[in-house]
Amino acid sequence: MENNPHLKHTPLHALHLSLGARMVPFAGYEMPVQYPDGVMKEHQHTRVAAGLFDVSHMGQVIVRPKSGKIEDAALALEKLVPVDVLGLAEGRQRYGLFTNAEGGILDDLMITNRGDHLFLVVNAACKDADFELLKAGLSDTCDVTMLDDRALIALQGPHAEAVLGELWADVSAMRFMDVAEADLHDVTCIISRSGYTGEDGFEISIPVASAVDVTQRLLEHPDVKPIGLGARDSLRLEAGLCLYGNDIDTTTTPVEGALEWALQKARRAGGAREGGFPGADRILGQFAAGASRRRVGLKPEGRAPVRGGANLFADPEGKTPVGQVTSGGFGPSVDGPVAMGYVDAGHTENGTALFAEVRGKYLPVAVAALPFVKQTYKR
Amino acid sequence: MLKFTEEHEWLKIEAGVATVGITEHAAGQLGDLVFVELPETGSTFSKGDSAATVESVKAASDVYCPLDGEIVEVNQAIVDDPSLVNSDPQGAAWFFKLKLANPSEADALLEEAAYKELVA
Repeated sequence: MENNPHLKHTPLHALHLSLGARMVPFAGYEMPVQYPDGVMKEHQHTRVAAGLFDVSHMGQVIVRPKSGKIEDAALALEKLVPVDVLGLAEGRQRYGLFTNAEGGILDDLMITNRGDHLFLVVNAACKDADFELLKAGLSDTCDVTMLDDRALIALQGPHAEAVLGELWADVSAMRFMDVAEADLHDVTCIISRSGYTGEDGFEISIPVASAVDVTQRLLEHPDVKPIGLGARDSLRLEAGLCLYGNDIDTTTTPVEGALEWALQKARRAGGAREGGFPGADRILGQFAAGASRRRVGLKPEGRAPVRGGANLFADPEGKTPVGQVTSGGFGPSVDGPVAMGYVDAGHTENGTALFAEVRGKYLPVAVAALPFVKQTYKR
Repeated sequence: MLKFTEEHEWLKIEAGVATVGITEHAAGQLGDLVFVELPETGSTFSKGDSAATVESVKAASDVYCPLDGEIVEVNQAIVDDPSLVNSDPQGAAWFFKLKLANPSEADALLEEAAYKELVA
């Protein structure tokens, strides 16, 4: 598996190998799924100290307005995302979605206002398609550039601020979803206070030439351990965060995906810039009338994990199908199985008793509030 | 008699009954186990049937029945504490005892040296 010539490497690939990582193919890259500590310990370490993740496979894209006015880039991007980009202040970041004409989700992304340009972070598996979408939609008003000279790491967990604070004292002034430029070991990095674990933490964009150096220095801190994709998945699942391709995709709308919060008032019915994004009719229609199904948290009652793909029923004999699990596994911090999935309207209330088909049995699961763990963002 | 399969099970065979578990190599590959499902005592399986399931944080995996036979005992200790499979896979964390339908079929399974070569 190591040395598969069809898989791309991130700038930290050799570092992963030196740390004893087990590498797996993921979204066209060879990525660390776990280090010698294992998924369970890596997960727990992130929740009590600080975990360091290589997310350099994700796409980092610059959208620079030809006019020099950030408003022009914001309004152009708003044609592709149902998000209030114009209202995003300089130095602030916001979650967004690319939608298609049917209201389905093409990808989810982070959008930052960097003053004279927008900085986007998109999923690895979608980044080429996203780049084409952006070029096609924005090229008349903006220069769209995929950055291939920057690595991206995430430092997540309750000790992340203190660790980063040893390199950059001003980090404590940042709030959740703030983005700032700072020198770490004399390397200029773009730092956002955000992440994908439910913990307070940071994502750090680093010039490739210095990526190994900065990462190694962070790993030298006794509170920091490297964390693989395995724990990244269990952390985000406990935090109730969607994995694109599993929990949201082109067949799910933002309303079905319970992501209404990602559409600010300005883009909703009656807002200053109502609609004007792909699939607006369907999505705004679902805002008004509700959707026929919805993404919910699911808490299996026993110890058996209920995985993505398991069918859900209203009855213990499996006669009345009501939906499907999209992500599921074991939550080390919950100390039990956790899942999320789509269920038909009428079965979405917290506490609703459902049954998941696992190896021919119908296991009781309850519709549960997300997240499964308390988010500790510094708002 | 100690035997192994290419599916990473070990069998300790005494008087036509095989005590079956997964190898240290398999336990290491699976990672931290969080759930084990064992067969019912009295159930019968053919060689290659899925007889048990183990789940790590990330994924579920089948444990195959290494030979034809009947389950005569299962190890509740690994259901109560799946991490035992990681800490003592070839000892206390056996999965089930299988009364072999044809004990002589065990001769075709791998010897320890051959298995070690397989996973080396």
